[in-house]
Amino acid sequence: MLDPNPGLIIWTIITFLLLMVILKKFAWKPLLESLQRREESVRNAIERAEQAKNEAERLLEENRKQLERAEAEGHRMLTESRQLAEKLKDEIIEKANRQTRAMLDQAKQEIDRDKEAALAQLRGEVANLAIQAASKILDETLDESRHRKIVDSYLKQLPKN
Amino acid sequence: MFTQHPEASNVQHEGEESHHISAPTGEHEGETGGNLFTELLHHVYDAHELELPFVGHVDLPYVIYDGGTAHVYKNSEVMREEGTFTIQNEKIIRASDHQKPSLDLSITKHVVFLWVAAVILIVLAITAARKNLRRKVPRGVGNLVEMFVVFVRDEIVVPNMGPTGVKYMPYLLTTFFFILVMNLAGLVPYGSTATGNVSVTGGLALIAFIMIQFSAIRAQGLGHYLHHLTGGVHWALWPIMVPIEILGLFTKPFALMIRLFANMIGGHIVIVSLIGLIFIFKSYIIAAGPVLFVLGISMLELFVAFLQAYIFTMLTSLFMGLGMQVAHEEGEGHGH
Repeated sequence: MLDPNPGLIIWTIITFLLLMVILKKFAWKPLLESLQRREESVRNAIERAEQAKNEAERLLEENRKQLERAEAEGHRMLTESRQLAEKLKDEIIEKANRQTRAMLDQAKQEIDRDKEAALAQLRGEVANLAIQAASKILDETLDESRHRKIVDSYLKQLPKN
Repeated sequence: MFTQHPEASNVQHEGEESHHISAPTGEHEGETGGNLFTELLHHVYDAHELELPFVGHVDLPYVIYDGGTAHVYKNSEVMREEGTFTIQNEKIIRASDHQKPSLDLSITKHVVFLWVAAVILIVLAITAARKNLRRKVPRGVGNLVEMFVVFVRDEIVVPNMGPTGVKYMPYLLTTFFFILVMNLAGLVPYGSTATGNVSVTGGLALIAFIMIQFSAIRAQGLGHYLHHLTGGVHWALWPIMVPIEILGLFTKPFALMIRLFANMIGGHIVIVSLIGLIFIFKSYIIAAGPVLFVLGISMLELFVAFLQAYIFTMLTSLFMGLGMQVAHEEGEGHGH
């Protein structure tokens, strides 16, 4: 069992060396090459993916910032316009109030004036009527100028309205 | 072969190298066990015939190189008839002076299985290489072979030899796969383990020895390599140190040779012994035990086939790496 057979040793060495030469050329080289190429491509792919991820993160960050800016801008514009609107509203209301007040005053003055005029007219009319009625009753006992004096003094005692 | 009673097998093997197994017929029952075991054990030895399914025994040619000429015989009968050589105690001897011929290059069973393993490996590896070049993602055979290639590179070569060791990958890959396929061939019915032969492992160890020295000389330069053999001691001690260092160079591959051979043949001998129990007891009932044991041992052998291929490759790579690294440690003095 243990005595070596030189012939078999020689066959082993010949077989091994031939096998190694054949396999080296047709199997191990292509295998190792394809392995290396694949590892290279995997490494590249990972690197590219890493880059793409970084780029995406950067873009995301940028987008987020832009969004923030836009939001702030919108907010600002909204506040501004709201303030403007408030101011405008106040102004308009103020103006309307002022106008209303002016119109009201004018109307009051007019009414007063008209009333004044109407009262004056009414007073004249009433005096005439009273004179006519009194002259008729007294049958011309007094002349017209005396009657007028009496009535006028009477009317002056009446309240203004 | 197992199924034959020794007497019956004697008839069939008549004239072959197995003729020594039993003395002429008419033995006692008690001797059958011993003879049976010897006979069964022959299964793990090298032989000048192949056992094939359906065909039976196939003679393998004898190739003998002696006295400057090569003699080729179809089988032992033809050789004996020719008369130059004869067989005695299983050894081929010259018929004239009963001396061994200078070289027996016979195509024995283990030579055939060396070639079978080589052919299987060539087909497997080249198919894998072709497929992997075509495909981006390897599948099937390509993936299987590549898995082992990556394992050898990342777990054996690079840790032991560093990145420079990758240039020895073709040698180490061939060693790993060749040993693995030869180991596995012994687990196939009708197969035989060439690595269970000390000459085959010896041949592999011899190549490993040459590779270890070659890689060391290449990495350190011849001067450093020879200087390292002195062990860095005072010159007066060189006569002691140099032989020890040289002996040390040989023990490593010698251990490789014995380890692989013993591991591979050990499992087979256990299996043969267990199977032999069935024939010794001549009982079907007793067969259940050995068969279960054989099943277990076979699974163990399957594991050992991979393990030993790994260990042989790993140790070769380690020894090569040691020799290659010495160059870098030169400044810090010698050490082992």
